[in-house]
Amino acid sequence: MIVELGHFALVLALVAALVTMVLPLYGARIDAPRLMAFAGPSAIIQFLLVLMSFCALTVAYVTSDFSVANVFENSHTDQPMIYRISGVWGNHEGSILLWVLILVLFGACVAAFGRNIPSRLKAATIAVQSSITAAFLLFILFTSNPFQRLLPAPIEGRSLNPILQDPGLAIHPPMLYVGYVGFSVVFSFAAAALILGRIDAAWARIVRPWILVAWTTLTLGIAIGSYWAYYELGWGGFWFWDPVENASLMPWLAGTALLHSAIVMERRDALKIWTILLAVLAFSLSLLGTFLVRSGVLTSVHAFASDPARGVFILIILCAFIGGALTLFAMRGPALAGGVLFSPVSREGSLVLNNLFLSAACAAVFIGTLYPLALEAVTGDKISVGPPFFNATFLPLCIPIVLAMPFGQQLAWKRGELLPIASRLFVAIAAGVLVALAIFGLTNGREAIAALGLGLGAFVVVGSLDDLRIRAMRGSSGTFLARLRGLPRSVMAAAFAHMGVGLMVIGIAATAFHEEKIEALAPGQKVTVGGIELTFEGLRRQPGQNFIATVGRFTARENGRELAVLEPGKRTYIGRTMPTSETARIQRGFGEVYLAIGDSHDGKLDIRAYWKPYVLLIWLGPLVMSLAGLLSMTDRRLRIAAPRRAKAAPVPGAAE
Amino acid sequence: MTRKQRRLTLIGIAGLVLAVAVGLILTALNDRIVFFRSPAEVAEMKVPPGTRFRLGGLVENASVERATGQQVSFRVTDGNKSIAVRYTGLLPDLFREGQGVVCEGTLQGDGSFVADTVLAKHDENYMPREVQDALKKQGHWQGDAKGEAKPK
Repeated sequence: MIVELGHFALVLALVAALVTMVLPLYGARIDAPRLMAFAGPSAIIQFLLVLMSFCALTVAYVTSDFSVANVFENSHTDQPMIYRISGVWGNHEGSILLWVLILVLFGACVAAFGRNIPSRLKAATIAVQSSITAAFLLFILFTSNPFQRLLPAPIEGRSLNPILQDPGLAIHPPMLYVGYVGFSVVFSFAAAALILGRIDAAWARIVRPWILVAWTTLTLGIAIGSYWAYYELGWGGFWFWDPVENASLMPWLAGTALLHSAIVMERRDALKIWTILLAVLAFSLSLLGTFLVRSGVLTSVHAFASDPARGVFILIILCAFIGGALTLFAMRGPALAGGVLFSPVSREGSLVLNNLFLSAACAAVFIGTLYPLALEAVTGDKISVGPPFFNATFLPLCIPIVLAMPFGQQLAWKRGELLPIASRLFVAIAAGVLVALAIFGLTNGREAIAALGLGLGAFVVVGSLDDLRIRAMRGSSGTFLARLRGLPRSVMAAAFAHMGVGLMVIGIAATAFHEEKIEALAPGQKVTVGGIELTFEGLRRQPGQNFIATVGRFTARENGRELAVLEPGKRTYIGRTMPTSETARIQRGFGEVYLAIGDSHDGKLDIRAYWKPYVLLIWLGPLVMSLAGLLSMTDRRLRIAAPRRAKAAPVPGAAE
Repeated sequence: MTRKQRRLTLIGIAGLVLAVAVGLILTALNDRIVFFRSPAEVAEMKVPPGTRFRLGGLVENASVERATGQQVSFRVTDGNKSIAVRYTGLLPDLFREGQGVVCEGTLQGDGSFVADTVLAKHDENYMPREVQDALKKQGHWQGDAKGEAKPK
């Protein structure tokens, strides 16, 4: 009964979405307040209906109702409660329902919290958002109904894919989807502005918090996914250039570009066409990701069951929205020309440079991801485009962005000069050069690229934080600390976000110093990595709630002192034949000793042990970036109800 | 600078970035990609030694031999031809005789293959699509009998 209610709620939500995509939009065109007033309540109703539907599916999972095909396929009564709940989105049907839930949640948030949005823009935005909702609800109802019944009901389910039975599943997809789908609101705002033909600095200010929410969660979602892959897959990599990872990286790159170009639009009323185009592109790339994952065109750890009908459906949605938005863009674009002049060496100029390189990097990822698909379709040749391609294209395009970050923070609007900035950044430049030279010297020049990477990271970390010091040094009112605290949140957020990038660069560059030992050990034998001695004590079998584990016991010692007992294992889940690895790790500073076990044969156990110095920075960097995103959301400019003129009250030291 | 000069500078920089990006991508597409080959294709195309590619097929039954250390050798077959593969390292969790596998590495002068990466499937029902196609081409595909058509 609850399941049927859930299904029915989806149909009702579809009806509400279909009505909302027409009436308020027409109302906004002819300026009829009563038609526009329909948008807000309807957005909230859509959210409540989809929430009801999502809860119905969750109830079916929690109570293990195997008469629902989706529950039967992906759950099992032995599964711990957390994986029964997160199993809801561990499959195609459930995850697309979560996708739509977040879509309508954003619509409802625009309705509930968008008090400072002009009523016409708000109504049109909700209408566009509802059209996306309608398209995806049709997709669910026609091709991916999670509420399909099975008769007669099986007694036991087939259980969730073991690799997904990890706390990572509870947070990675929801976080990533909030990011992906968050760009839908930005898209809706852009489309609404194009429909209404009113695009100005106020628009950029209204949209900014939404870009920040999407960008912050996407950053965190990707980082969590990367960390999960690192400890779950048992080979210690953090990024595999898997097409589906690329599918999340592309909207992130476009979103990062958007985050920066929107600043120019907000402060200087320039780059308007470009900002709107990026808003359209960021969500289009999110849709492309959804298409790649769900259409079965590629095989990957992320790919869901392939069904050509679904692929075609999403392709139609993709073409309709991108095509529609670009048509609108072509119609309105020429009227948007203009904007304020700025010198190439200026804050605007540096942000343009950032956008150019980010877009080029995004294009490199796009080509690397889609070229194999295109080539196979055209010539039938199967190729793999892997790390060598991306290392040769993506990385060189990213270096200028990272290098320019501390300079960009220092540059003044309209026109700036490089030399004074270079002298102000003396501390950072010295730090970077010293680190690079020191590493180069210590490794006798063998690790030149790593030395450059670490130097670059050090330069960015010091340079971005130094910006705060430089700004607080200026001005005369109050003490240095008071001025430091008084800096605008957006200035602090920029410094911390850039510092996060620097930390990540250090973590990635340090991978050159990873130590790897692959050995077969008999009980009592030892292996040493990173100065830590691991003694293999023995193997034992240990049953879990829904799996049987083989657990190796290792004692870790440093200079003879016992540090910890490591218990890496392999699990074989009941009802599934595939084993999964459980790695064991010890943290030493920002580095980790990482241990995974393989099969045992002839009384010896295959092990893989790593010492990974500074590896945690790879994820701490993005964590700092997303915290900076949160900090930026608390900036006072965003909290003031009515959009104000671009020039805020002068704050000590702020180079506005 | 005049308005025109500023605009030209901007366009010039944009063009430069674009040219660099295109150049990088084209060079990388030329020499940084690897083709997928089945053992039969390797024989048929007379792939020269030293070529880097991905070899895919099934791990031949009773062919896996573990030498001292972490050296493993096995044969990859597509039903018609098979190629000996050597690999040093830990095999993936799902590496089994008779199962699909993709190895990346280089072909040696003696016709054997030295792999530096071995990928097995992620899921007990999942077969790398390239392997599936290669087996179909050789007429050895019996996937439907194993209920393969529906991964997951």
